[in-house]
Amino acid sequence: MNARLTVIIVMFSLLWAGNSPAVQPDERLSDPTLEERARELSKDIRCLVCQNQSIDDSSAELARDLRILVRERLTAGDSNQQIFDFLVARYGDFVLLKPPMQASTYALWFGPLVVFVLALAGLFVFFYRRMQANAAQPDVVALTSKERARLSALLDDDEKGRP
Amino acid sequence: MSRLVFIAPLILFAVVAAYFAIGLTKNASILPSALIDKPVPTFDLPPLKDTKPGLATADLKDDVVLVNMFASWCVPCRAEHPLLMQLARDKIVPIIGLNWKDRKSDAIAWLDELGDPYARIGHDPSGRTGIDWGVYGVPETYLIDRDGRIRFKYVGPMFPETFAEKFLPLIKDLRK
Repeated sequence: MNARLTVIIVMFSLLWAGNSPAVQPDERLSDPTLEERARELSKDIRCLVCQNQSIDDSSAELARDLRILVRERLTAGDSNQQIFDFLVARYGDFVLLKPPMQASTYALWFGPLVVFVLALAGLFVFFYRRMQANAAQPDVVALTSKERARLSALLDDDEKGRP
Repeated sequence: MSRLVFIAPLILFAVVAAYFAIGLTKNASILPSALIDKPVPTFDLPPLKDTKPGLATADLKDDVVLVNMFASWCVPCRAEHPLLMQLARDKIVPIIGLNWKDRKSDAIAWLDELGDPYARIGHDPSGRTGIDWGVYGVPETYLIDRDGRIRFKYVGPMFPETFAEKFLPLIKDLRK
């Protein structure tokens, strides 16, 4: 094999390494649909050791154990929800990267929307009041001839002053 | 009314700021156990040593006990070990060991070196029983009541102050 080809192969394999998930070959399931489901599920399950990574990304020991566990349960015929429930029973809602919609998380899910609506209402009130204030003011009075002369003098000065 | 409109954002800001300020003083990496006040999981672990019994769900029903998850590869476990030895010597509370994701020979050598404070030790090399308990890092210590329910969980190494502050009052309470 020539040197250039080797370099290219090594470079491309490094590129691949950067993107590769933490899933090890020995963990993978032989059934591609189940494996695909396992990958999707793993992306939504938090690694409790690293805490801001999913178990699909993390190379922590516990993440590997949980990946294998997820695959075992999938093979045993569990639904996605059953797997999530299994983990939540042991580790609490924190194990889910997406917080569930429930009474204790309504503020989290709807808080931003409420703030947005309040801000819109505030803006509306602000502009509405300004329009009313403008409408209440008397019509704009035309310039007197004196003022007009002074204005054109100023404008002329400005023109001349330019280089 | 118009003044209220201007004060409202300020109040909102103060509330949010106070909420975050309180949040900052908490250690977010320590998780509350999902199993508090629930019965201990169903499990049956073989003994680590030939001379000491293993550990199963049924063994946790008679007395208020500590269940301590440890491993020989875990450095903080070494830090908390003198406290466990002292608790066992003074017979404060029975300590039950759950050896998590460890090699048998390593764990036995570790206990030979540092002393063995445990009344029983279950060996969980695969870590599956640990997962059933919601373990995510050792050491973790659970307080079990007479009905076999988990009443408190402490993550990380215990020291005499933490034990006196967090465990002792609860243990007294549960023994009543």
